[in-house]
Order: sequence, then C-alpha cells, then structure tokens
Amino acid sequence: MTQDGPILAMSDLTVAYGPRTVIDRASLTIARGERMAMVGPNGAGKSTLLRAMTGMLVPRSGSVRLAGDAIEHVARASLARTIAVVPEVADLPFAMPVVEVVALGRLPHDPPFTGLRSSDVAAINRAIERVGIEHLRTRDIRELSMGERQLVFIAVALAQSAPILVVDEPTAHLDIRHQVEVMQLLVELNERDGMTIVAVLHDLALAAHFFPRVVVLDGGRIVADGPPAETLDGTTIRTVFGVDPALVRLPVPAG
Amino acid sequence: MSAGALSRDLDSGGIAAWVRARPIAVGLVAGVTLVAILVLGVGLGSVKIGTDEVVGVILSKTLGLDIGVTWSPATEAIVWELRLPRVLTSMVVGCGLAIAGATFQGLLRNPLADPYVLGTASGAALGAAIAVLLPIQVVVIEFGLLHGFAFAGALISAWLVFRLGGTGGPGGLTRLLLTGYAVGSVLAAMLTMAMYVSGAELRQIFSFLLGGLGGASWVRLLVAAPLIFGASALIIARGRALDAMLLGDAAARHLGIDVGRERGILLALASMATAAAVAISGLIGFVGLVVPHLVRLLVGPAANRVLPISAVVGAALVSAADLVARLVGDVPVGVVMALLGAPFFLFLLQRTRSGYEL
Repeated sequence: MTQDGPILAMSDLTVAYGPRTVIDRASLTIARGERMAMVGPNGAGKSTLLRAMTGMLVPRSGSVRLAGDAIEHVARASLARTIAVVPEVADLPFAMPVVEVVALGRLPHDPPFTGLRSSDVAAINRAIERVGIEHLRTRDIRELSMGERQLVFIAVALAQSAPILVVDEPTAHLDIRHQVEVMQLLVELNERDGMTIVAVLHDLALAAHFFPRVVVLDGGRIVADGPPAETLDGTTIRTVFGVDPALVRLPVPAG
Repeated sequence: MSAGALSRDLDSGGIAAWVRARPIAVGLVAGVTLVAILVLGVGLGSVKIGTDEVVGVILSKTLGLDIGVTWSPATEAIVWELRLPRVLTSMVVGCGLAIAGATFQGLLRNPLADPYVLGTASGAALGAAIAVLLPIQVVVIEFGLLHGFAFAGALISAWLVFRLGGTGGPGGLTRLLLTGYAVGSVLAAMLTMAMYVSGAELRQIFSFLLGGLGGASWVRLLVAAPLIFGASALIIARGRALDAMLLGDAAARHLGIDVGRERGILLALASMATAAAVAISGLIGFVGLVVPHLVRLLVGPAANRVLPISAVVGAALVSAADLVARLVGDVPVGVVMALLGAPFFLFLLQRTRSGYEL
C-alpha cells in the first residue's frame, strides 16, 4: 500500500439490487485521518454506500480503492485489519460476557491455534476503556440495554485496531448524554489517534457539530460534499430532507 | 495463549477469575470421568471383571505391558472382543454427536438446533429401513447395507437441505431450518410408510430408531472413528469462524470471515460426524442438543472451549448411559439418556435462571 494519496477512493460507483439502482455514479475521496459524516433521508443509499466502501458488496460499475489497491483484491483478513465496521447491534444466541464479545474484534489478528497474545489482551482492554464500559466487563451481553450493547459493539470495532473506523448510526439506541459521548469519542479517536472516521448519521445537528466534512446523499447520488456550513444550508435541508429549515436547529458553524 | 490465560489477564475479580479458570478444571473432571467410565463400563456386566484384570488386559493388548495380573482367556475375550469395542464406540458416537450439536447451534445461531436439524435423522432412518426391507444381504468387512444406507441417507438429506435451503440473504438461517424441517417431514413420512409395510422386519427398523450399541465391533469402530475424529478436529480448527458468526453474518464478514464458505464447510463436517455416528449406533437423541448447552453453562460460549469439552462430556454421557442400559438389561441407550439426563439438565436450568453464572 502506498502512504500517499487517499486512503479510500470511490469513483463512478454504481450499485444496483436487481433493476433498482441504489447508488448512482458516486465519486468520493477520503483522505487519511479525515473525519466525515454522511447524511441523507431514509433510502438515500447511505448504508449501501458504506457496504460498497468496505468491500462487502460488488458494485455494478465503478471502483473502490483502499490505499490505492482495488478493494476486491485486498485479502479478507487484511481488509478487516484496515477497516473496522461497528457491527449492527445483534442478539446473541447464547450468554456471553462483554469482555469475550469485545475479544471477537481481535479475530482478524488472531492466527489459528495460538489464541490471544498479550497485544490482543491490551487492545481489548484499551477498547473497553475507551468506550467506558469497564463496569460491564463480566456482564452477560443479553442482560444489557440496547444502548449499553451499542457501546459494546463499538468496542468490538475498536478492538480491531484498524486505521479506518466506519459506523452506521452509532447513536440510534443511545440517550443524549451517550450520544454526545460517542461523538466525542469519535472526535478523539480521529484527532488524537489519527484514525480515519466515516459515520452515517441521522441527526444533522450531531453531524454539523462534530464533523468538519459532511456528505449529503439523496436518491443514490452525492448532492453535497464539504463543511457542514455549506452542505447543510437551508436549501439542502428543504430539498433533500423535505422539512422547513427553521425546524432543524444546527449549531453555528465554527468557521 | 489459552482461554485460561485470557481470563487471568482480563479479569482480576475473584468470581470472574474463578469462572474463567474453569475450562481446564471442567476438562480435567470430564477426562477423569471418561477414564473411570471406560474401566467401569468394561468391568461391569453379566460377568463382572475386576478393575485390575480390565486394566491388565487393556495394557497388555495395547502397549504390551505386563502389570503382574493374570486372567483367563474367557475374561480376555469379554474385555477385548465384546466390551471394549462397545464402550469405545459409545464414546466416539457421543463425541461426534456433541460436537455436531455444538456446531449446528452456533452456525444456525439457534439454541434448539441439534445434529439432526438438517434432516439427517430421518434420512439415516429411511436409509436403514430401505436396507432392512431390501431382500438382499451384502456384507463388506462387517458393514451391512443398513450401515451404508444409513450413512448415505444422512448425508444425502443434509446435502439436499443445504442445496434447497441455502443460507444467503436476510432470513437465510430461518429458511435453512424450515427446509430441514420440511425435508425431514417428507423423509419421515416415507419412513412411516416403510415401517407400515415392513411386517416382521419392523423390530429391526425400530431398534435403529431407538439407537443402540449392541452391534459395536472393532472394525465398525475403526471405520467410523477416523471420520468422526477427523471431522471434529477440522471443526475445532475452524472455531474462530464459529465464534465470529455469533455476532451475525455481516459482522463476521467485517471480521474477515468468508461466511458463505465457512458455513458450507462447517455444515458438511458436522453432517459427516453425525452420519458416521448414526450409521454405527442408530439414532441417539438428547446428547447433541443438551451437552453443548451444559458445557456453555460451565465455560461460556467460545468455540475453542465449547467444542473440545463437549466432545469429552458427550463421550462420557453416551458411554455412561450405555452402561446403565446394559446393566438394567438391554434398554435402548437413548431411553436411558433421556430418562436420566433430561431431569438433570432441568435441574441445572433451574439453578442458572440468573443468567451466566452457574
């Protein structure tokens, strides 16, 4: 992999499920160390774009390059060590202590038979600490609230120790305090640890407040891309989201 | 680093450390129990044979060791030709069914799954019934049509269910389970028909359905054991994929697991272990469903602990049930296991209402 150039580059990406085009010739470049939010109405194609971006589905046309390499040629384990995706909050079929769930994040680093090394254990502990769920370590994940589970699944992705973190609606089940805490965690992971962050968000205020770059998706197309002060203006909110901009109170852009 | 080491590093808390330190303790207890059942199982029966003689015969036959005990040729024949193959067969069958059960439960993310979930039981039983009804006798190195047809029937039904059910897409696992149920129902209907027309052969089909180890022999054991142990070892080697799939397909893919491929391989291996076990012992229920749960209650759900310990506990359970079955007077082993095992399991479930802790 080359060190220069964008860490993720999509060009003319088109994704279709049968006859239905979900992503329409989208081009997007993400630089190393960038922090980007993706917003758009339901069905705009945000999650599909994330799946294509992380190599989980094959586009009809166009390309995705990860640090210069075509993503479909990157080996699975290597891909999992480069891009961590916060899993959707799932019901586990069996009782499992939180610490063991987080340990699953080490699978891409874990060669068969040798099991966890001390570096793995350190990464697991660090992830648990970063998300602030030390008090839940030994609890059965099935006993936790949806919000707590959400934090556990964020820790799974952090334990992966990948330079790129992708999150799809990380705040869906969280109360306002935890929403802000998760946003602050993303900012910190980005600014302090240099991780590249891509987040799909529904809450425009959170996107505008915590992300220097906001991409707006509508009908499978990227309709705006830039600082939130430009991309989340009154016209966009009215035309893309179909609501009166006065109802959406966005923070005054820092500049 | 082992799971035990993980627990030490991850947890300094007293109770938690004790819980995690258990895999080794549980494995040791199960292993010692297994050896005890082996010695007891060979010694007890219509002719009682002393432990010293049992150990003496086994050591002299396997390792050529002489421990200064003498025995009669009749004793040697009972130990070596009759009881040891039967006890070992029960252990191999228990190991295979328990590992297959744990694998199916994990793969299908369903605690109610058992080794027969892909229709293998009905397939094997139908194969056995056809073999019984065919007016041909074929015996190749102690294997009759019954064994061959049961083995093939189990594998064919598993393959059919997998081909028809697939596993892709949303709800794929549910579709696979329902397909297994549907295919199993068709096969069961055909089996019922075969039993209805079987007349005098009914008893033979019925005894296959109940499961039993009366037909155990060295040759049958030596053919089935490599299949079961081979499949089990390969499943254990893929434990990480099984663990990742606990989080769901998408999450497992993001963790670098080729979900479609791993699921296909694991289903094939578990079906192979099931088919080999069923071919030499008939349908033995309960063990494949319950042993993995029992083990998870004790050591948590991680595959690298659940699979090997389930193998040992499954072996101990089936061999113990077969011992009781023999002592009571040739009751089918499945009956014994359900009658004694199910209440014990219920008792454990009552104790573990609180969740993870036992």
